[in-house]
Amino acid sequence: MRKLLLGMSGLAALAMASAPAQAQNQPPIKVGLIMSYSGQFADLGTMMDNGIKLYMKQHGDTVAGRKIEIIRRDSGAAGTAPDVARRLAQELIVRDRVDIIAGFSLTPDALAAADVLTQAKKPGVITNAATAIITARSPYLVRTSIALPQAMGALGTWAAKNGTKNAFTMVTDYGPGIDSEQEFQLQFKQGGGTINGSVRFPVANPDFSAFAQRLKDSNSEAVFVFVPGGEQPAALAKAFAEHGVNPKSMKILSSGELVNDEALKSMGDAAVGMISGWHYDHNLKTRMNPEFVKGMNELLGGRNPDQFAVTAYDGMHLIYEAIKKTGGKTDGDALIAAMKGVSFESPRGSVTIDPETRDIIQTIYLRRVERVDGRLVNVEFDKIDNVKDPVKERLKAEGKLTADGLAK
Amino acid sequence: MERRALFRRGRLSRPAYPNVNGLPVTPRIASLLFDGFAYGMLLFVLSVGLSVTLGMMNFVNLAHGSFAMIGGYTTVTLMRSWDWPFFATLPVAFLMAAAMAVVLERIVYRRLYGASDLDQALLTIGIVFMSIASAAYIFGTTQQPIEMPAYIRGRVEIGDFSFGVYRIFLVCAALVITAVLVLGLDYTRFGARIRAAVDNQRMARGLGINVDWIFAVTFAIGSGLAGLGGALAIEVVGLDPNFALKYLVFMLIVVAVGGMASIRGAFITAAMLGIIDMFSKYYVPEVGAFVLYAVMVGLLVWRPAGLFARR
Repeated sequence: MRKLLLGMSGLAALAMASAPAQAQNQPPIKVGLIMSYSGQFADLGTMMDNGIKLYMKQHGDTVAGRKIEIIRRDSGAAGTAPDVARRLAQELIVRDRVDIIAGFSLTPDALAAADVLTQAKKPGVITNAATAIITARSPYLVRTSIALPQAMGALGTWAAKNGTKNAFTMVTDYGPGIDSEQEFQLQFKQGGGTINGSVRFPVANPDFSAFAQRLKDSNSEAVFVFVPGGEQPAALAKAFAEHGVNPKSMKILSSGELVNDEALKSMGDAAVGMISGWHYDHNLKTRMNPEFVKGMNELLGGRNPDQFAVTAYDGMHLIYEAIKKTGGKTDGDALIAAMKGVSFESPRGSVTIDPETRDIIQTIYLRRVERVDGRLVNVEFDKIDNVKDPVKERLKAEGKLTADGLAK
Repeated sequence: MERRALFRRGRLSRPAYPNVNGLPVTPRIASLLFDGFAYGMLLFVLSVGLSVTLGMMNFVNLAHGSFAMIGGYTTVTLMRSWDWPFFATLPVAFLMAAAMAVVLERIVYRRLYGASDLDQALLTIGIVFMSIASAAYIFGTTQQPIEMPAYIRGRVEIGDFSFGVYRIFLVCAALVITAVLVLGLDYTRFGARIRAAVDNQRMARGLGINVDWIFAVTFAIGSGLAGLGGALAIEVVGLDPNFALKYLVFMLIVVAVGGMASIRGAFITAAMLGIIDMFSKYYVPEVGAFVLYAVMVGLLVWRPAGLFARR
């Protein structure tokens, strides 16, 4: 018994002796990642995760004297089960005691976690989910990716300004698709164009022939397309080609997904001339981009990064900047305050976190598919700087949006 | 003006859809019918193997899509790394899937031939998830595009009518496969042995038929067909690790509605599925995705065992 007591007091003494050392050596700051590492959107998770890895490789894993610890959670076939994202957010906060959550592959994931973040007062950094309204759902949500209407609206304005009279719109029937359709139509009409008709694809749609035929029969001058990444861009583009819809017969306007590397490879020369409005491409000539692309090439075994990689890379940068500003403090409100209004240089050009909406302000590039040195690439031919999310700007003008989110 | 002329010539029989130009109705319907039929044929090639393994051998083989995926990745690898022409990869896609099927059949599947449906479903869905993870590990999570030779892309125009070249090829391939299967099963000695082994194992054994061997070969053929379907599907629907699961629903619909063991049933159901899908998406895109399933539910209520059920 005495031996036991002696042992215990010895242990206590040891613990006390090591206490001051611990105070100097603060516990790590934990960043939880909720991303789709598996399932239909696994590639998106791969890209985002490697973007974060590259950032930490370049900038080390210590900020303001504190180590950054990453905890990865798989939201799986996200979007089909947003309750998973909610549960993961709860577990990360309650059990793993994370200070910040980042990621969110799809809109439903971010929406499902919004309340949890608000209650726990933990910042959530959205590195992909792209419907306009998400950041208004919690005062603790910040976005480094894109609000789709930013790019799609810019595309609509550009098309109308450059002499396109009528257009047909085709989007996938889910939040981001509808957001894109509405913003394109609105700005295209404001610019003087008319909408010739529209269709919305079911989310699971293996064959696009019927829609391509319908588009062709509409005899429109231009078509606007939004489909999520994955297998749909190539499948849709092939249906276009088979029905004689190509950039020579009709202007094809789209988001960056329809003209990503994989889709371009399977389309071949049928893609030459397609026009897209987007916030990033590995072919962009910004100061930081070549180094970023090189770093990503190494991590991805030769593949080029896409927008998911750069938005996650920037998300990590934002987290690092905020921690620097708070001097290593991890209080949720302090971190969010530190993130508001931050401007920084990204591989996609300079970006700012809007202090009012916590959404990103960025340059939208207009690009055309061309064959350069034997490879199909998106070549930038115009850009619009400092684009804010037009949806939230309108809500703000109508007094329906406050700094904390949607007005009750 | 043009449209009025068409009315006079009797080619435009009803007021066209508001957004539709004066394209004559006949070519448009022909084009939709053809596209739908070709899509149906793709579904048929993907599913017919399942109608062999699930329908005839009565094994709940949810991993059918995994074998299709093996075929797809075989084609992609051969085309990319060894510059094989697309058509040369097709037999290899068949053989690879068949070979993998034989291995799995000998090691795992045959132990569960007599087991309950639930056991079989659990085993095979487990294989599906393992195959998805393996494909992601080996080939990455990205889409696997292939560049088809120019002569198989684009369209051919015949008067007012125009058809996608690849789709014409799909239809031909499906017709050949159907003919070979139907003739092989109904008119050859081997076909008769398969039918005997499936219908009554004990009797077949009694007659000196090597049932084990027959089952292994049948399973290999069914899975090989899946592999071939997977290779043919890349050009239309793409290929990524999730392929194994994504088209399972369509495969099951084709087999269930067609009638479990019927090749003809699968053929007709797949064609119908493709055509209904095409027309509903063209004319009523707002509900296009639902029409198909509504029709399938209706058909199954009408004939629960499938349209061409043998038993």
